[in-house]
Amino acid sequence: MSHPEGRSDRRQGERRGDATSAEVREAIRTELAQEARGAGQRDGRDPVIALRHVYLSFDKPILEDITIDARLGETIAIVGESGTGKSTALKLILRLLVPDQGSVEIDGQDIAQLSFDEALEVRKKMGMVFQGAALFDSMTIYENVAYPLHEHFRLSEEEVEARVREKLEFVDLDPEDVMDKLPSELSGGMRKRVGIARAMAGNPEIMLYDEPTSGLDPLTTGTITRLILKLQRELDVTSVVVSHDIRSVFRMASRVALLGDRRIVFFGTPEEMAASDDPYIQAFLGGF
Amino acid sequence: MIQKRVRAVQDYFLLGAASIRFIFVRPFYPQDVVQQMEEIGVKSLGIVLLTGFFTGMVLALQASVQLQRFGATIYIGGLVSGSIVRELGPVLGGLMVAGRVGSGIAAQLGSMKVTEQIDALNTLGTDPIKKLVTPRVVAAVIMMPILTIIADLVGIIGGNVISTFLVGIPRSLYWRTVWDQIIAGGFSFGFVPNEFIHGLLKPIVFGFIIALTGCYFGLRTTGGTEGVGVATTRTVVTASVLILVTDYFITQALLAVLVP
Repeated sequence: MSHPEGRSDRRQGERRGDATSAEVREAIRTELAQEARGAGQRDGRDPVIALRHVYLSFDKPILEDITIDARLGETIAIVGESGTGKSTALKLILRLLVPDQGSVEIDGQDIAQLSFDEALEVRKKMGMVFQGAALFDSMTIYENVAYPLHEHFRLSEEEVEARVREKLEFVDLDPEDVMDKLPSELSGGMRKRVGIARAMAGNPEIMLYDEPTSGLDPLTTGTITRLILKLQRELDVTSVVVSHDIRSVFRMASRVALLGDRRIVFFGTPEEMAASDDPYIQAFLGGF
Repeated sequence: MIQKRVRAVQDYFLLGAASIRFIFVRPFYPQDVVQQMEEIGVKSLGIVLLTGFFTGMVLALQASVQLQRFGATIYIGGLVSGSIVRELGPVLGGLMVAGRVGSGIAAQLGSMKVTEQIDALNTLGTDPIKKLVTPRVVAAVIMMPILTIIADLVGIIGGNVISTFLVGIPRSLYWRTVWDQIIAGGFSFGFVPNEFIHGLLKPIVFGFIIALTGCYFGLRTTGGTEGVGVATTRTVVTASVLILVTDYFITQALLAVLVP
């Protein structure tokens, strides 16, 4: 399949300096139509991930009546202001948190009802990329990426090494250069790529990204965004991306959920979002 | 507020129970246990040797002053060994290890918590209690009695140095009074001196307390690097207090059970 992203990048790069937000949104509408179609969206199938009428509160309400779903091969983005519970939604999908009301379904199974040990089994289907990469700092890069393989697969060390090399190459890292290093010896962008390699080491069906591009320079942000798109296209995984970075989100996502005031304000395609005349959505997009 | 504290105590005991339960549940992490034995045991050796040696010396020095008034300086060995084996070896060793190891565990797990490494373990299908808490608890429970035996031995040797070179008591007499003191406590099962049961049961409990407290506060860390500092301080204070309190109750119980 031809790959339009290099061209898109150059076009966006040329616009970056002088575009108004209206021009950018217009450009996004057209680009998005191509990008999202390429993301392997498949309609008419049961959702792989579904949050239905989820309520969660700690000392105060965090999420109220959240309903979103992701179909096979689809990439859902959750956006919103800081502190609106975006990362909390990911923790619900991972069953690191359990909703007060409502259900969180993975492949049709309500994971809120599972025991802790059963939840560990469900998590093996998922790969999570953390905001700060969350690499184990006492382990080398090789040990980090090999960790899920050693834990859950009966593979020989040669097979593990082959898989680690494959995943590191997939995220454009030279295995020879990084495998024996500690996470503290790598740059932020490289750590993030190792985080992606570790998350995909067990060939998960679902990838979750928590702010994959935060704290990175624009070039590295582009690299990580391209990497996530590559993962979508080549491995056809279902993804949920939590991000502030609207530009990246519009390139990656087939549908976008906007969280505001603990609720879903909007859930639809990026084109629909860009075309919306809702003042809150306009205000949110106007900031970029 | 009270409810919160009661829940915290409950969580502490639940974590302790889970850490023990996971000893018998696959997968096992023997490499982590060995690594922690080195971290907790081998690397604490220096501080325990130093503490034991100087405690033995100062005990002998103080005992010589007190016993001289009664012309009983020949009993220095008994006084030193009785104090060290039953109380000071386990308690001072425990307090030193709580400072070094407990704080280290809390800082490490706390850093892992605030950098989402604990969440990463969970998402990779590993129970953090099984992977992080159980190996530390097992390693501490194994290594604390060994450290205590070494501290006791070095302490008695420290007492010997003072009694021989400062007080002028023959070495053989010192060691005879040491042994007399040990057998005076009586025997359990016909051959295990009660002194050793006193001296070795405590470090097992203290090792458990130190590792569990470090893990508990480490895993509950919130609020970034500042939170790690708070977790470390709380670990040292809580573990030290728990060591002193449980020491009293263990002694009371053992005195009732192990009659000379």
